[in-house]
Amino acid sequence: MSIEVRHISKRFGEFVALADINLTISTGELVALLGPSGSGKTTLLRVIAGLESPDRGSVSVEGQDITGSNVRDRRVGFVFQHYALFRQMTVFENIAFGLRVRPRRQRPAARDIRDKVHKLLTLVRLEQMAERYPAQLSGGQRQRVALARALAVEPKILLLDEPFGALDAKVRQELRRWLRRLHDDIGITSVFVTHDQEEALELADRVVVMREGRIEQVGKPEEVYEDPATPFVYDFLGHVNVFHGRVEEGALQFGAFSLELPPEDLPDTTAAVAYARPHLLDIDHQPTERPQFRATIEYLNTAGPLVKVELATETGSVVHVEVSQERYRQLGLRKGDEVFVGVKDMRVFPQHHNGVRQGKPV
Amino acid sequence: MMPSVRHDRRSGATPALSANLQESRLIAGLLIAVALGYLGLFLVVPVIAVFAKALAKGVATYWAVISDPMAWASIRLTVIAAAIAVPLNTVFGLAASWAIAKFDFPGKNVLLTVIDLPFSVSPVISGMMFVLLFGAQGLFGGWLITHDIKIIFAVPGIVLATVFVTFPFVARELIPLMQAQGNDEEEAARTLGAGGWQIFFRVTLPNVKWGLLYGVIMCNARAMGEFGAVSVVSGHIRGLTNTMPLHVEILYNEYQFASAFGVASLLTLLALVTLASRRAIEWRATAEGVRQQPRQTQKEDR
Repeated sequence: MSIEVRHISKRFGEFVALADINLTISTGELVALLGPSGSGKTTLLRVIAGLESPDRGSVSVEGQDITGSNVRDRRVGFVFQHYALFRQMTVFENIAFGLRVRPRRQRPAARDIRDKVHKLLTLVRLEQMAERYPAQLSGGQRQRVALARALAVEPKILLLDEPFGALDAKVRQELRRWLRRLHDDIGITSVFVTHDQEEALELADRVVVMREGRIEQVGKPEEVYEDPATPFVYDFLGHVNVFHGRVEEGALQFGAFSLELPPEDLPDTTAAVAYARPHLLDIDHQPTERPQFRATIEYLNTAGPLVKVELATETGSVVHVEVSQERYRQLGLRKGDEVFVGVKDMRVFPQHHNGVRQGKPV
Repeated sequence: MMPSVRHDRRSGATPALSANLQESRLIAGLLIAVALGYLGLFLVVPVIAVFAKALAKGVATYWAVISDPMAWASIRLTVIAAAIAVPLNTVFGLAASWAIAKFDFPGKNVLLTVIDLPFSVSPVISGMMFVLLFGAQGLFGGWLITHDIKIIFAVPGIVLATVFVTFPFVARELIPLMQAQGNDEEEAARTLGAGGWQIFFRVTLPNVKWGLLYGVIMCNARAMGEFGAVSVVSGHIRGLTNTMPLHVEILYNEYQFASAFGVASLLTLLALVTLASRRAIEWRATAEGVRQQPRQTQKEDR
């Protein structure tokens, strides 16, 4: 079911957690709320769930305004960051809880509850664990119990707060793919909060990048990664090289190298910041057509599919470049080499950027 | 010292190391002996002495002392006072700790401080506060006399004093426990459709049951053993307003040692039962893997 968030604002004392948030999530979508801590992503999730009430604005599910309605009437599945399993209950009782607390008339018969719980246990692959207590489970298992418990009440929407935050890397990877498949199978509209950009990009249909209580950008993973709207998004999603320079005569001057800008782009003498991802820079021994600057190789990391090269420019700042293993062998790079770093793609923003989209590819 | 130890370790034999251990073992033994000796002298020996004195004139005498009508009246009054004070303070303690641990509200710090008041005031003063309020010369004294209600020098006064003095036990036990457990499970229950009472009885209460039981037992021990506050409001009317501790004192002052120690032995027995239940609860709670709450009542810094 679709979720519509309109003009939501929320303060905690002086702290602005959410400032006029607008967001529409379509039926069946899996959306990531991505941002650093304090960006308001968890608050937004809790507002949608009804665990926090907004100071202003409204939340609708399937066109129905639920802003004032009680959490228990919302039929929202919520998976907590630290799972919040009932420690005094078995896995079975945890999952059955949402069915057992229903008013007598709506409560399923004992046998139906048992069937339902076992079906969910099969879904989350914990058939053998029904009689265990939460303390006897691993982190990944607890996470899956929390999910089964949330799904037991047949929620309209599923909300997950940092679902993989407390797990180690390998389990996280597995669970992530499993959750994606599960979501595709049951098709429930889901929103999850994360501060891990990789997780958001891999798992979500759409990513909502948040910062200081505002939405910086909403888009498909490839959109926010390839075409960031603001320096913040650029910075937050993946490694990036930052170049501080000044626009003079229609070109960005950065130490010894200059970058031609489209004529109408930025006025002269504007302080500007240029961003380039490590894989959008290239290394050559000779000057080429591309805008280039000279640098010295300081460090090489050849482990993995890409070779990570750390270089120092003539002005002493550090630049990171990623080249393929093939290119690395072809160039025969070694520590201490003096090379040319070419710019394949770079994005320039004026220095005091305040969130308005202005960057243009060069 | 260090090089020789390292050398010994490498060569396989560890004389220097075991010598070190021996020394620490000696010190440990010494410390344990001191602790046990101290405990024996100040705790075990007096307890044994109480029972020895109580039973000195034989079991028949002991039985006669305990079944004395005045002794029975004091036992009954003690049980009544505890039977009222403990449930009251259990309900209050649950309510207060629930409010303090799970919600933020103005006046929270004041409430926390006030809960500690009975711990920081001398019990005698607590008793005198009730005399000031309800005594013949007290604030409500005139009104009470005209309506022929007796509080001071009567059972209601004793119950009031007991309630006041045992006020913090349950709350103090539960607040740190509930604060450590946080609000997550309650929130989860809410999203699953549970109502307030369902959350309380199915989630919150089971999570604190051992801490609660512990607090109740300590509350009960104090309620039955309280002397100072009760002494002030009691008036020491034999058979009417004497609780067990007061009765012991009277008997003792009258040089009826056998009787005094007979009743005292019952109170001592209560203490031993309390200790045993405490151990049992701690053992059960640990066996269940439930996080144990901090033992001391700590000052809140929030």
